Amino acid sequence: MIIRAPHATTDVLIRGVHAVDPRSDLDRPVDVLVRGGVIERITDAGGLDAEGLTDLPTLDGRELHLFPGFFDPHVHVRTPGQGYKETIATGTASAAAGGFTGIVAMPNTRPTVDSTAVFGALLETARKEAVIGIGFTACITKEMAGKELTEMAALKDLGAIAFTDDGMPVADAQIFRMACRYQQLVGALLMLHEEEPALSGGGAMNEGAVSAALGISGQPNIAESALIARDAAIAGYEGARIHVQHLSARESLDAVRTAREHGVQITCEASPHHLSLTDEACRNLDTHCKMNPPLRTEADRQALIAAVLDGTIDCIATDHAPHSRDEKALPFEQAPFGTTGLETSFAASYTELVLGHGLPLSRLIYLLTSGAELCDVAPATLTEGTPADLCLVDLDRRWIVGEDGYVSKSANCAFDGHELQGKVVLTLCHGSVAHRDATLADSFDLAEAR
Amino acid sequence: MKHCMSIAEMTRDEVELVLDRAASFQEVADREIKKVPALRGRTILTLFYEASTRTRSSFELAAKRLSADTVSFAASGSSVEKGESLKDTVLTLAAHSPDAIVVRAPWAGTPQLVSQWTDAAIVNAGDGKREHPTQALLDLFTMRQQLGPDLEGRSVWIVGDVAHSRVARSLIRILVLTGVHVTVCGPPTLIPADITALGCNVTYDISGIKDADVVYTLRLQHERMTAAGLLPSLGEYAARYQINDSRLKPSQVVMHPGPVNRGVELSGAVVDSPQAVITMQVKAGVVVRMAVLYELLAGARSERKETA
Repeated sequence: MIIRAPHATTDVLIRGVHAVDPRSDLDRPVDVLVRGGVIERITDAGGLDAEGLTDLPTLDGRELHLFPGFFDPHVHVRTPGQGYKETIATGTASAAAGGFTGIVAMPNTRPTVDSTAVFGALLETARKEAVIGIGFTACITKEMAGKELTEMAALKDLGAIAFTDDGMPVADAQIFRMACRYQQLVGALLMLHEEEPALSGGGAMNEGAVSAALGISGQPNIAESALIARDAAIAGYEGARIHVQHLSARESLDAVRTAREHGVQITCEASPHHLSLTDEACRNLDTHCKMNPPLRTEADRQALIAAVLDGTIDCIATDHAPHSRDEKALPFEQAPFGTTGLETSFAASYTELVLGHGLPLSRLIYLLTSGAELCDVAPATLTEGTPADLCLVDLDRRWIVGEDGYVSKSANCAFDGHELQGKVVLTLCHGSVAHRDATLADSFDLAEAR
Repeated sequence: MKHCMSIAEMTRDEVELVLDRAASFQEVADREIKKVPALRGRTILTLFYEASTRTRSSFELAAKRLSADTVSFAASGSSVEKGESLKDTVLTLAAHSPDAIVVRAPWAGTPQLVSQWTDAAIVNAGDGKREHPTQALLDLFTMRQQLGPDLEGRSVWIVGDVAHSRVARSLIRILVLTGVHVTVCGPPTLIPADITALGCNVTYDISGIKDADVVYTLRLQHERMTAAGLLPSLGEYAARYQINDSRLKPSQVVMHPGPVNRGVELSGAVVDSPQAVITMQVKAGVVVRMAVLYELLAGARSERKETA
């Protein structure tokens, strides 16, 4: 169940914009008419000239690109209980600023989302606050303690999109196996934070040359890949469907590929920060670069990029993890794990993968929207009659991350100060303006529908 | 029949023999003096390594109504607490030359083992999660009382924790043996993947239960369930699998081996309704166990006499 708060829709005619939507086979200049919350018309550029739509707000899209609204299956909105770092309102607004029209929230909150009572309350809050579509996962185990299964069937009935103990692995193999069996009753995806705690040992960064030089305990690649191999074996044995979150190590890619060869239903995601950054970014102990799984070596990063190019990676997910200034202003080993990522996801991915490695733009758009299908949600498409979930992007604009602050309540961005290319200037969610870049106001006036 | 160890080892003829004999003992249970002299002077011991009220008292009553002498041996408060091994316990009891020993233990195969150390006829009152043959016999007896002697082609659904149930295993076997269609239903964590090897169907979806002639529910043990990751809560189990008025048709027979968790596997209303024949099962238990003991010790061509 994806929830949006009701907002007034905007009618707009966008002329001559270069639309890219792999699912609609679109990669050319078009005219688009958005009316009453849906994409009413979409034609080749110039195709709506004769329609006499002169009284509509019109946007000259010739310098811009149009994409279906992105979907992020891995976002922390810190609700309930941690609103000082993000709320549903600020989290969805931050997502809209990144071109997202749908996100899925993680349940490692206070309290954890492991009961129907907490889940129901969360939906109520979302109905009031969500600027774009938001779905919620619930925990696999109670309190994410890894010991007792949650009432997954009841939670699925209430609208849980998927189940995850994200932040924690399901360390006990028997409990994980039972979760796989119970999935046959529930039918929802199990999303997995793959970190074998006995091997990761609470390490604060990647185990490698940087951690060796700093004397900081590190997490070896094998902590991730070994647990993926174990879980893939159990999932294969039980015919379960699993999704590996925030994959970071090259050995993990091997584990996923091997599992697929054996017919295991396993998907995986990678984050823009793992695709762009390495543990070198931690050498100066900048806590904005401390996350779990950690930034790894250049060899891992290149393997990850190759995996995006060859289709091993199923989708891009930010693992947007806001923390307050005070929380990150601690010694590296004490600071909490996480970086925000919604506002930089497109730009970082575009800069690194498309400009840097020749990934076709339409493939990038696919990877930024395929998280929806993994969660059994229909992805946004640029087709007539569908809800207007879309974003307009200036692909040529270069910008410094954080120069204008962040829409998120938190500013802990690993890309802070980096120059990226590609800026989302407008996001419509079901035809409502969810985000509008300041520069867009100069070119036209978007009036709200009466 | 030399022993009654398991349904797996019984032939169709032996099952029918026991049930016919049980029917003949039914009339005894309705008399004022509920006794026949058939096993007078015979000695029947019960050896229970697990706590039990129903089954043990049922066997003792059966033995006494056949005029046998009975002695009960329970593991707690006995030499077992002093560390006596199973073998030595059995040898001690065997020294009294019992005619039959009724055994219940938490370990599969215990009755077979016991039979190696005594000449007595062995009756399995439940070994681990493997078999509980007299329960299956009394369940089939009860079903026939309700639905008529020929159950060929009828449908029975067994709902609940099949993985840990010796009652389920024996029941599936006896029903398949007598031509009944068996469907096993419950959460995937409580149904072993390979249970179909016993000849039943498996489903995790209760909605097909409306086509069953008999709904047989098993007891859930909460404490064991949540800790082992088998069940999130009794509430979730009840929502998906509880047998209550909304899931039941008036013509369906509801059974349970007891003791019932009201509000969990069965709603209180169903337990108290005439569709639930749980007390009939208890009554059937005594006559069926009388029949088993009779066939082992006094029945046609009792092997015991020949080898004496």
